[in-house]
Amino acid sequence: MRSIKALTGNQAVAYGVKLCRVEVIPNYPITPQTIIIEQLADFINDGDLDADFIPADSEHSAMSIAIGASATGVRTFTATASHGLALMHEMLYVPPQVRLPIVLANVNRSLGAGSGIWVEYNDSMAERDSGWMQVYVEDNQEVLDMLLQCYRIAEDPRAVLPIMICLDGFILSHTVERVEIPGQEEVDNFLPKFKPLNFLDPKNPKSMNIAVSPAHSMEMRYQLDRLMENSRQVIKDVDKEFAKAFGRSYGGLIDTYRMKDAEIGLITIGTATSTGRVAVDELRAEGKKVGLIKLRFMRPFPHDELREATKGLKALGVFDRSISANRYGPVFTEVRNSLYGGGMPIIDHIAGIGGRDLTVAALREMFAVLEKRASGHKTKDCYWHGLRGQM
Amino acid sequence: MERKMNIRTMPQVDHLLSGHGACAGCGMAVAVKNIMRILGENTTVYVPASCLLVCSGMYPHSAFDVPFFYSAFENTGAVISGIKAGYRRQGKDVTVIGIAGDGGTFDIGLQALAGAAERNEDVIYVCVDNEAYMNTGTQRSGSTPFGAWTTTTPVGKKIKGKRQFKKDLMAVITSQDVPYAATLSIAHMNDFVMKVEKAKNKKGFRFLHIMTPCTSGWKTDPSITYDLANLAVETGMWSLYEIEDGETRITYRPKEMTPVSEYLKLQGRFRHMGKEDIETLQAWICKKWKKRYCPTNPETERTEEELAYNGDHCEGV
Repeated sequence: MRSIKALTGNQAVAYGVKLCRVEVIPNYPITPQTIIIEQLADFINDGDLDADFIPADSEHSAMSIAIGASATGVRTFTATASHGLALMHEMLYVPPQVRLPIVLANVNRSLGAGSGIWVEYNDSMAERDSGWMQVYVEDNQEVLDMLLQCYRIAEDPRAVLPIMICLDGFILSHTVERVEIPGQEEVDNFLPKFKPLNFLDPKNPKSMNIAVSPAHSMEMRYQLDRLMENSRQVIKDVDKEFAKAFGRSYGGLIDTYRMKDAEIGLITIGTATSTGRVAVDELRAEGKKVGLIKLRFMRPFPHDELREATKGLKALGVFDRSISANRYGPVFTEVRNSLYGGGMPIIDHIAGIGGRDLTVAALREMFAVLEKRASGHKTKDCYWHGLRGQM
Repeated sequence: MERKMNIRTMPQVDHLLSGHGACAGCGMAVAVKNIMRILGENTTVYVPASCLLVCSGMYPHSAFDVPFFYSAFENTGAVISGIKAGYRRQGKDVTVIGIAGDGGTFDIGLQALAGAAERNEDVIYVCVDNEAYMNTGTQRSGSTPFGAWTTTTPVGKKIKGKRQFKKDLMAVITSQDVPYAATLSIAHMNDFVMKVEKAKNKKGFRFLHIMTPCTSGWKTDPSITYDLANLAVETGMWSLYEIEDGETRITYRPKEMTPVSEYLKLQGRFRHMGKEDIETLQAWICKKWKKRYCPTNPETERTEEELAYNGDHCEGV
C-alpha cells in the first residue's frame, strides 16, 4: 500500500533501502549523511528491516565490508559524504572491475580545508573516474525513487556496476518534503531478488580479483569502459519501467525544462535545477527564450542526449558546484568535451561553492551572461556568481 | 573423548596447491599450506596485498582451490567481516579466513583488524609474520625486531639497523575480549595443528599469529627455516601461548633460555650488530621472558610429548 510521508532526503534514502530489502549495511557516521544510517538502525532494531547492520571502524572499512558481502552475492548498501568518500577512494576502484552492484548514497558536502559541512560536489566529482555510475537528484521523491531504480540499474546483467546516488547536503538531506512511499509488494515486483552472476561459494570455488598482469589488465579495463556505455540503455529502460510501475519518470540520463524553442540553455545538476526552474519561468514571462537541462548522470555521461538537447541553441551555460583549480568545473569540461566541434558558445558558471546560497538572482545572472554572448558580445568562458564583493 | 588432531592425524588434502610461487624455504608457505589442510574445502580465503597474494597466482592462474578474494592492503579485518555477513545472510556455514602479513596487520591493517575484533566477527584472522615488508623488498614494519637491517633501516655509518623494538601485537588484539588468540611456530607443528583446529571449531573472532622465517629478507639459507623458527622460541624472540576467553596459557616453555646471539649469527639481517646492540636486545628479551614465563601464567595441561619440539622433521609438511 502506498503512503504519503513527510521525509528528509536522508530518511527517503533509508526508506528506499528498506523497500529494496537490502541484506548487508556496513556503515560509518559522517555529517550530513548520518541520519541515513540512524534511520536504518531504527528500522532494524524495531524489526521492520531484516538486514545485517555492521558498524565499521571507518568509511574505508565500510566500503571493504560492502565489497566482501557483495562478493558473496547479497544486496549491499552503504552511505557516506565528503571526507568519508575520500577515505573510500581506494576501495571505490574495486566494485566496478569485480562487478559488484553496490549502491552508495553520497550526501554531497565540500571536501578539505577551506570548507565546512555544506554542499559542494568536489567530493563525488573527484570519483568520476572510479567506474561507478553517478546520479544526482533534485528532490526527496527523486531520492527515494532513484534508490529503487539504482538497484535495478546496478544489478542489470547488461551492466552490473556499482552506483552512487548523490544528494545535496542539507538542501535535501535535512529538508522535509512530501514523499510518496510505494508499497512493498509493488517494489518487490519492480525489483526481484538479486541474482548475482559471479560470487564466492565453496560449492563452486572461484578466485575473484587476483593480481592481473599486463597480458590481461587492458582487456578488463576495456570491458569496464564498454559496460559503462551499455549502462546508458539500462538507465533509460529502467526509468521507463519505473514510470509504468509507479507513474513517475525522470527522463533517464537527462531531463529538460522549457527547452522547446529555447535559444539559450543552462545545464544544472542537483537541487540547482529547482532554483533554475523558477528563474526560467520568470525569464519566460519576460519573453526570453530560455530553458533548462537537468543533468542527472555524470557516469555514464549523456553525450548523445546533450548534443540532441542543445541543438540550435545560441549559447549554453553550465552550472558547476565544484572547481578544478584553474581548469573550470568538472561538469563544464565534460559538457564542452561532449559538444566539441558544434561551434556553440559554452560558458561555465561556478556558484554555490561550500554551501553558499544559490539564489534565483544568481541563476538569472547566468542567463544574462548567456544572453549577452548569444547577441554577439564578447564574454569570458567562466564566471563565478555570488562572490563577496569584487575579488 | 575425541582425540585432538595432531601432525600425524591431520588431513592431508591440500587447498594451497603445489605450483605456487613462494621461495624455497618460505616459512609462510608452510604455515598457509597446513592451515588450509586443517580448515578444509568449506573455507573462503581473503588475502590482502602480500607475498601470499603474489605467489598464490596471477590471473588466470590460482593456487587456491577454495574461493579466494583480494581487494587491497589495509582492509583484511573488514573484508572478511563482509564475506562472513554475506554467507550468514544466505544461511551458508563457511569458515572465512583472512591471511595477512605483518605489514598488513601490525601497521596499515591494524584499524580494520581492531574493528573486526571489537565486533567479534565470526572469522579467523591469521598474521603470517616475517618481520618486514618482504613483498616490496624488505622494508621495516612494526614487527621488525630491534637491530635488524631492512632497506629502510639500513646499516649506515651513523645508524645501524632498526632502533625500535617489535610491537606486542597479541597484547593489542587481546586488549579486546576476543574468544581465541594464539601464537604459532612452524617448528612446533603439533602445537600448530592443535591451535588451528581449536580456532576452526570456535565461534567469534579468532586470531592466529605465526612467526614465519623469510629466507630472502632475513638473508638466510633456505635449509635452516625450521632451525630459525625453533631458535626464535628457544631464545625468547618468539613464544608460544594461547589466550582463550581471557585466560592465558603457555603451550611450550623452553627448558632454558638460549642466548639471542645464537639466533642472530645465522641471519644476514643481524650480521652487523655490535656488542652493545646485542646486549640491548638481550636485555629486552630477558624482560619479556620473565613476564611471559612468570609463575602466574598457568601451564597448559598438555603432555610433555605434545609440548616439546621433538626434532620431528615435519614429514609431509
